[in-house]
Amino acid sequence: MNVVMFYLLSGIILTFSLLSVTTRKILRAAVYLLFVLVATSGLYFLLNYEFMAAVQLTLYAGGIVVLIIFSILLTSHISHKFKHPALMNLLAGSGVAVVGAATALYAIFTHPFSDAVQPDVPVDMTAIGTQLLSTDKNGYVLPFELISILLLASMIAAIVIAKKGKQQEQ
Amino acid sequence: MSSTSTIYDFSTLTGSIDASLHSWMAPGLALTAELVLVGLVFLTFYALLGLFLVYLERKVCAVIQNRYGPNRVGPMGLFQTIADLIKLLMKELIPIRRADHFLFNLAPFIVIIASFMAIAATPFARGLQAVDLNIGVFYVMAVSSLGVVGILLAGWASNSKYSLIGAMRSGAQIVSYELSVGLSLLAVVVLSGTMQLSGIVESQANGWWIFKGHIPVIISFIIFLIASTAEINRGPFDLAEAESELTAGFHTEYSGIKFAFFFLAEYINMFIVSAIGATVFLGGWMPLHIGNLEAFNHVMDFIPSMVWFFLKTFFLIYVIMWFKWTFPRLRIDQLLTLEWKYLMPISLVNIVVIAFIALMGWHF
Repeated sequence: MNVVMFYLLSGIILTFSLLSVTTRKILRAAVYLLFVLVATSGLYFLLNYEFMAAVQLTLYAGGIVVLIIFSILLTSHISHKFKHPALMNLLAGSGVAVVGAATALYAIFTHPFSDAVQPDVPVDMTAIGTQLLSTDKNGYVLPFELISILLLASMIAAIVIAKKGKQQEQ
Repeated sequence: MSSTSTIYDFSTLTGSIDASLHSWMAPGLALTAELVLVGLVFLTFYALLGLFLVYLERKVCAVIQNRYGPNRVGPMGLFQTIADLIKLLMKELIPIRRADHFLFNLAPFIVIIASFMAIAATPFARGLQAVDLNIGVFYVMAVSSLGVVGILLAGWASNSKYSLIGAMRSGAQIVSYELSVGLSLLAVVVLSGTMQLSGIVESQANGWWIFKGHIPVIISFIIFLIASTAEINRGPFDLAEAESELTAGFHTEYSGIKFAFFFLAEYINMFIVSAIGATVFLGGWMPLHIGNLEAFNHVMDFIPSMVWFFLKTFFLIYVIMWFKWTFPRLRIDQLLTLEWKYLMPISLVNIVVIAFIALMGWHF
């Protein structure tokens, strides 16, 4: 059953990744991206790593894709279609994709995976929380604080941009 | 606690079904059979619940407006919604010219699937829960945020002004109110120390959190009620489909069974938020227990856990319906002001207070 589910999810990811870059309608690309991200979270569920799966769903599927769709709704019209890309761009893009895929596949196939089946490690929420705010070895408090400051800065920047428009109106 | 052991545990029933299926067939086949079985049970439950909730909504609305409500088809009009369903099934599905057909047809399914995923984690009774994830609350939050994608797509793919405006409003609304819902649920997660829904229910064996957590939990319960009413696009927050200005909002162009999907998903979402609210704040399937009054608690245990769950859930559903037929609809600026200037700061302060209470051990 796990194997069937794995191939199903991988199939979905592969198909919709391809569709997402080849479609010429922008909202469809966003929806295909959503399918890819949801299927990825399915892979995490398959690994019994529920926390990561839920993060994937909330942040990427529920957050980023909704934002993307929202901005498309504001800016683009339904009849809009992208032109076919120039031949040079197409060749260069697919070339990069092939080289990237070949490198990744080479690395995966030459890596000696050990057959030993690891026992399920229960991922405790308390452990994740403590680790995130710990100052000990392997603690994540510094990245955590840095990201918080970055977020705060971008939020203030967004407010400044939004305020500016109002002053010009008056 | 000794008194809770008298409550019937459904896991013995599901366990025996599992065992007998495994004795009949190969493990892989038994697993498939179980998946199909659970799916069928949920589908049936989903359809029956949808029909009943629509009937209930009409009756509640009628009572509030001093009317009879449906009373012709069947005893007390009970079969009215079934008749409506048959009508909806036979209606023509009108294709829209110059619409994005793929996304147009996809949108109802995204909305339905999102609510299906959320209902899977609901604990209906002791041991009766499809998946008991250790991040239950977080999982429900995550999958319920997917539904908005379907609404946005429906609005855009219809290629209609009304739909687009409805979808934009609903997007803005759901994305902002999600924060308050999350923060108010977090209050109980902090107190009970677990995100697992069954664990949260077990932690209320000596009293529900709304009684044990003092005023801060009552505040977060009220915030949860308001914010979740907004999140399921129901009145007074039904700007997304405001009949008087947008015809029917994001589902203006949908007809027949595709419209029914949106309609059904809306009612099921109402059930889901009520069930989550009942589970987190009102003890879920846990009977009314007061501290260590053994005799009283034992009497309460004789009422089956499923009855408790559905009583609490339908009480919350009734409150949400009551909101809809009592309050006038908000404007979009009032809606956003309410969330960002009132609910959000209050819940942020509230969560700090609750963390302090949990730290000092002041809760019961």
